[in-house]
Amino acid sequence: MKKRWIALYVENDIGVLAKIAGLFAGKNYNLDSLTVGTTEDPSISRMTIGLSSDDNTFEQIKKQLNRCIEVIKVIDLTNRPFYSKEILLVKLSNCSREEIEEGFRIASVFGTTIVDYGGDALLMECVQTEAKNNDMVKLLGDKFRSVKIVRGGSAAIDRIN
Amino acid sequence: MNQKGTSLLIEALKKEGVDTIFGYPGSYVIDIFDELYQQKDIELILPRHEQALVHEADGYARSTGKVGVCLVTSGPGATNLVTGIATANYDSVPLVCFTGQVPTSLIGNDAFQEVDIIGITRSICKYGVSVRNRNDLGRIIKEAFYIARTGKPGPVIVDLPKDIMLETGDDSYPEEVNIRGYRPVMTVHPKQLEKAVSLLEGAKKPLFLVGGGVTIAGAQEALLKLINLTGIPVVSTIMGKGSIPTAHPNYYGNIGMHGSYAANLALNECDVLFSVGTRFNDRITGKINEFATKAKIIHVDIDPASISRNIVVDIPIVADAKLAIEKLLELVKPFDTRQWLQRINEFKLSSSPMENRELELTPEQIIGKINECFQDAIIVTDVGQHQMWTMKYLEMNPHKKLLTSGGLGTMGYGFPAAIGAKLGNPDKQVICISGDGGFQMNIQEMATASALELPMIICIFNNSYLGMVRQWQELFYGKRYAGTCMRYRRSCSQNCMDETRECPPYLPDFLKLAESYGAYGIRVEAKDQIQSALEQAARNKKAPTIIEFIIGSEEKVFPMVKAGSSLADMIIG
Repeated sequence: MKKRWIALYVENDIGVLAKIAGLFAGKNYNLDSLTVGTTEDPSISRMTIGLSSDDNTFEQIKKQLNRCIEVIKVIDLTNRPFYSKEILLVKLSNCSREEIEEGFRIASVFGTTIVDYGGDALLMECVQTEAKNNDMVKLLGDKFRSVKIVRGGSAAIDRIN
Repeated sequence: MNQKGTSLLIEALKKEGVDTIFGYPGSYVIDIFDELYQQKDIELILPRHEQALVHEADGYARSTGKVGVCLVTSGPGATNLVTGIATANYDSVPLVCFTGQVPTSLIGNDAFQEVDIIGITRSICKYGVSVRNRNDLGRIIKEAFYIARTGKPGPVIVDLPKDIMLETGDDSYPEEVNIRGYRPVMTVHPKQLEKAVSLLEGAKKPLFLVGGGVTIAGAQEALLKLINLTGIPVVSTIMGKGSIPTAHPNYYGNIGMHGSYAANLALNECDVLFSVGTRFNDRITGKINEFATKAKIIHVDIDPASISRNIVVDIPIVADAKLAIEKLLELVKPFDTRQWLQRINEFKLSSSPMENRELELTPEQIIGKINECFQDAIIVTDVGQHQMWTMKYLEMNPHKKLLTSGGLGTMGYGFPAAIGAKLGNPDKQVICISGDGGFQMNIQEMATASALELPMIICIFNNSYLGMVRQWQELFYGKRYAGTCMRYRRSCSQNCMDETRECPPYLPDFLKLAESYGAYGIRVEAKDQIQSALEQAARNKKAPTIIEFIIGSEEKVFPMVKAGSSLADMIIG
């Protein structure tokens, strides 16, 4: 099992997301994250899909995606340089004064932003790679009692050089 | 500029060359039916159930090469298509299924007879689309037919909300199709073919394996030339049977769970396997890691996703079967395969039946007589033992066609598909070979066949059981015949193996059934009655004939490879 990234250009149409998600579900493929939004051409959407699979299954996944009439292009980003970021929102509640201070310290060290603060709670915004966000989730989970996480899933694009 | 949706639909169908439509009316397609009533070019066929309807369109499509067209109402009309759509999808049959839908203003309201048929069928069709804008109607229909018949063919669903069909709008029907996400393969990579040829040239025991893709591509003639030119032996899948005449000296039958002894052993021993148009379904491979272990594998398929999925191949060739074989003909030379053929012939001899059952009514006798009596016919099977017997004993020549539900294995397919085949080929003798179980799954179509005055022959192999499951129960489940006896009554004793008791009569009485539908019925209980029954049936020109063959419950299909075992590991009987 290896982590893979696919960028998918699809028709911006009703049911296309269901088609792609259904393909993964129906064929028992492992889907870690999926983000979607329209592109510079409003009739086309671009999906970024993160998944884990072995080599054979991954080849099959790409072929199955290509087979869909609604899929315009499948790009395998896994082995090429690409830039990706995921938004992670964290709400820390029921914090003591020390914990609030710890929250601010973590934010300044790990390059995240405190976007809201009141009483015993903090709201943090982390825009990092998926792997770094995983670390952040782990760290906060270990240090705080009440952690609420919202993850956006990665968006990715291939690099210029 | 101003044309009603219903009227554009009918005009579009005519432009697509549709002459037959399989339809069942309802409130959300009544306007389309009204439009059909007012024209003469398209014949409307009314089956008695939508599941049969889609199988009929399927049989029509497989036997004519044209796109089969269905028209049903929303809700239950649409959901009844599901099994038939999946059947067509598995066997790559081009269908366009129009489903009625509630008006767009009601979609999502759980309105009367509303279902999300596009959502329901998303994973079992080639493409599904709901028309949401009247001005897209022409383009969508054009694309539906194009997608259904090109590339790897398959079923397409077009959902038609009632208000869209009543709205007036754009009256144009596009000449061309341009779908940016769909570019079917139209070429073959010459380098890959050259590699395949050099691999073949180094082989001592080369073998062709042909699947349904050969028939779909119309590559039978090219294949025959290739076999004749190279002298290489050939085996087939169920869907590939008939793509080469069965009498050809290089043909050794089907491989797979119920493949021929020689074919399975040849596959096990070959050193280069050249396969065309098969997806290496588990029923033909047996245990995957013991499949053709000595062979390098070349695989031609139009669907890249079928290549190296189940069986990892050495040389993948993405192409239409006909194109690939025709190009191959330019590259190959004759091979010396005498020793290899001799070796396979030895397998063949060692598997000859030893039994002496000359007097009994056996599946082999029945199919043997069908072979003798009909040289030019379309044979349609249902699913089960009779299907495997047909695969084993039916002789095929270039005039004959064989239709069967190979991928999905849909019981209830055979009889309606035969009706569709007869409608598409009125001058051909159409013979449906069915089991007593499968026939009953769409038995109501006796009304359709009789009403349409279709002279066709329905051979029911009646062994009083759901025979294929019974065979597994007998061989692998300690003869515990759970839910397979078709004579069972609630009053039967628990110990039904008590041979002193007579079993209750079979339900229904097929002869009376035939009579009640205004059809003919003949019961055959002995070998010497087969031929006269077939001849009598062939003389009936105005209505279908049921021939019920009473065969023993203990008849089994051999050889058999147990599910998950190696192909070389056959139970001979």
